[in-house]
Amino acid sequence: MSTSSSMSKEVTKLNLWYSQNPGKTSAVLAVLIVISFGLDLLHLGTVGPVIMYIAGVFGTIPIAIRAWSALKMKTISIELLVTIACIGALGIGEPEEAAIVTFLFLFGNVLEARTLAKTRSAVKDLTAMAPEQADVVQEDGTIVATDIDDIDEGDQVLVRPGGQIPVDGKVLKGSGSAIESMITGEAKPVEKEVGDDVYAGSTLDSGALTVETSAAGEDSTFGQIIDLVENAQDAQAPVARFIDKFATYYTPAVLVIALLVLIVSRNISLAITMLVLGCPGALVIGAPVANVAGIGRSASNGILFKGGNAVAALAGADTLMMDKTGTITTGKMNVNETKTFTTDTDQAFAELAAIEADSSHPLANAIVAESKKRGIELNAAPEMTTIKGRGLVNADETILAGNPQLMADNGVVLPAAVQEAVTAAQNAGNSVVLYAKDGTVQLMVAVGDHVRPGAAAGLTDLKKHGIKRIVMLTGDNQAAAAQIASGLPIDEVRAELLPQDKLTIVKEAQDKGAKVAFVGDGINDAPALATADVGVGMGGGTAVALDTADVVLVKADFDTLASAVRTAKGTTRVTTQNIVIAVGTVVLLLLGLLVGIVQMGSGMFVHEASILLVIANALRLLRNK
Amino acid sequence: MKQAIMKLDGLTCPSCMQKIEHAVYGVNGVQDVKVLFNAAKLKTHFDSAATSADDLANVVQELGYTVKSIKVKD
Repeated sequence: MSTSSSMSKEVTKLNLWYSQNPGKTSAVLAVLIVISFGLDLLHLGTVGPVIMYIAGVFGTIPIAIRAWSALKMKTISIELLVTIACIGALGIGEPEEAAIVTFLFLFGNVLEARTLAKTRSAVKDLTAMAPEQADVVQEDGTIVATDIDDIDEGDQVLVRPGGQIPVDGKVLKGSGSAIESMITGEAKPVEKEVGDDVYAGSTLDSGALTVETSAAGEDSTFGQIIDLVENAQDAQAPVARFIDKFATYYTPAVLVIALLVLIVSRNISLAITMLVLGCPGALVIGAPVANVAGIGRSASNGILFKGGNAVAALAGADTLMMDKTGTITTGKMNVNETKTFTTDTDQAFAELAAIEADSSHPLANAIVAESKKRGIELNAAPEMTTIKGRGLVNADETILAGNPQLMADNGVVLPAAVQEAVTAAQNAGNSVVLYAKDGTVQLMVAVGDHVRPGAAAGLTDLKKHGIKRIVMLTGDNQAAAAQIASGLPIDEVRAELLPQDKLTIVKEAQDKGAKVAFVGDGINDAPALATADVGVGMGGGTAVALDTADVVLVKADFDTLASAVRTAKGTTRVTTQNIVIAVGTVVLLLLGLLVGIVQMGSGMFVHEASILLVIANALRLLRNK
Repeated sequence: MKQAIMKLDGLTCPSCMQKIEHAVYGVNGVQDVKVLFNAAKLKTHFDSAATSADDLANVVQELGYTVKSIKVKD
């Protein structure tokens, strides 16, 4: 027992040494092979072949150990195929084949590890930006540098000018300007004052802050972004998953086929060559590596794919449906006009603003912001209930604040003057909020929004990249919607929708065979985002979109959306190419074997070359914009 | 129940991942284990009464993979 455990310890040590020194191992092998061939050239008798045997055994050992450890886990690995082939080659007196095959396999692994690291570099750069320490203010006022994992909610953290903000939280003391491009995509510094939210992973451009922690480390928004991207790189597209499944059966199948060849042909050399040629090398790595490069590159551009699924779905989308407010438009609403139908303008507006203060609807926010601008003090408001897509109403329905539909639903008739004002404001592209008390409209507020800069160019670009149809969805009236859509390459406008209508429209399109990408802010269109073939979160803040969308655009603009579609298509293309390369290699090798021009060594060489080729092909994705 | 996060040396073959997951999952007290292939990270929840993060790291090392760092959280 003790000897066997000490032996297994030695094997473990050897295995570790081999895995930590793959370069040295293959270099030693190369030297041995060259010396052996050199001695043969000098006709030094048996010394050359002996050295070749040593090389063959030296090269086979690490591969055999790995094959064994996989076998213990009930996995038939590529290493097992190579090990059997090499033992066979040594057995039938072809040590040079074994030596060369193991050298190519081990050296190939070194090159693979190097190039694979490159495909992963984009995400490495991202994780390197994650904060590791924070200066925590203690109860006695001293400051202790603390590991980020030991920071709890509520801890007060000091951020110095030029420093990194280490946690998500609220500013408790101080002021400054922060660059939050990692979280919001906004490149310009944002002013931060007491009470403002700050995010881990952003930098404090100037000023000094004391921040009360709400989340740190993996729980922070930035931590979640990293977690998402790391998981996404492993979450493969359906085609890659199929290949994975296939490969787990393929490797044992090769073993069986080689055995059959041996039984039928009685030719050991042919059988072991089959083993080497059948290695699924490029097949296993080809598809995932495209995913890694595509998703990694996108992440550093502020485009977060949740996995290979999302990449494939976005690449395959032919219909783009998007929410108007907050997606096509900036969602930053301004009060453009207030029109009162009573004697006291300010009184009615103050009442409306007080009601809207409890709502988070963009229209409500605009009205509250306007009241602040006008210096209106907000009084306590009556309790209101939200009616989705309509507005707010109090318990006995005597106070209404919302769109004309809400008025109609509650039997409030709009006098001609009100109707005229509403129509005029709507035709100018505004949304209208009416305020009624006891059945009479007191006030109309026209709130407007503007189209995101670059929307026309971005949408035009998307149409060049496989999006056939762009549909705009909105709860606003037809006139306001048409106003926004004019000048944009939008094929269809669906206005005056309730939130659940968006879901229905997505489903209808899917029933007709459309592949729908839904772009929304993730706040009130979560069902549509989830139902669409791919949901793209844009403009609602990264934290919200991380939950609901398949693809998150940290930077909410159409240039980024177009770039996401281009990258998705590029990644899918590279995946397909790599599968063709991998399958093609195996087919060509088998044909070569049939006509007798492929040996074990040359077969392994072609295999390793094909692996490096598919990795290099994927690396092209890192260069694409 | 504790969580351990290990950083490994870069993984190059998807079968390495299955091997490691299999081996760690086989340890008594391990509730779940997930290897992030591309990030070369292992995340596992385990019962600290039955095993320890160092023991689990040893299991990984025995398979021939270097564990660069271990973090344990409650």
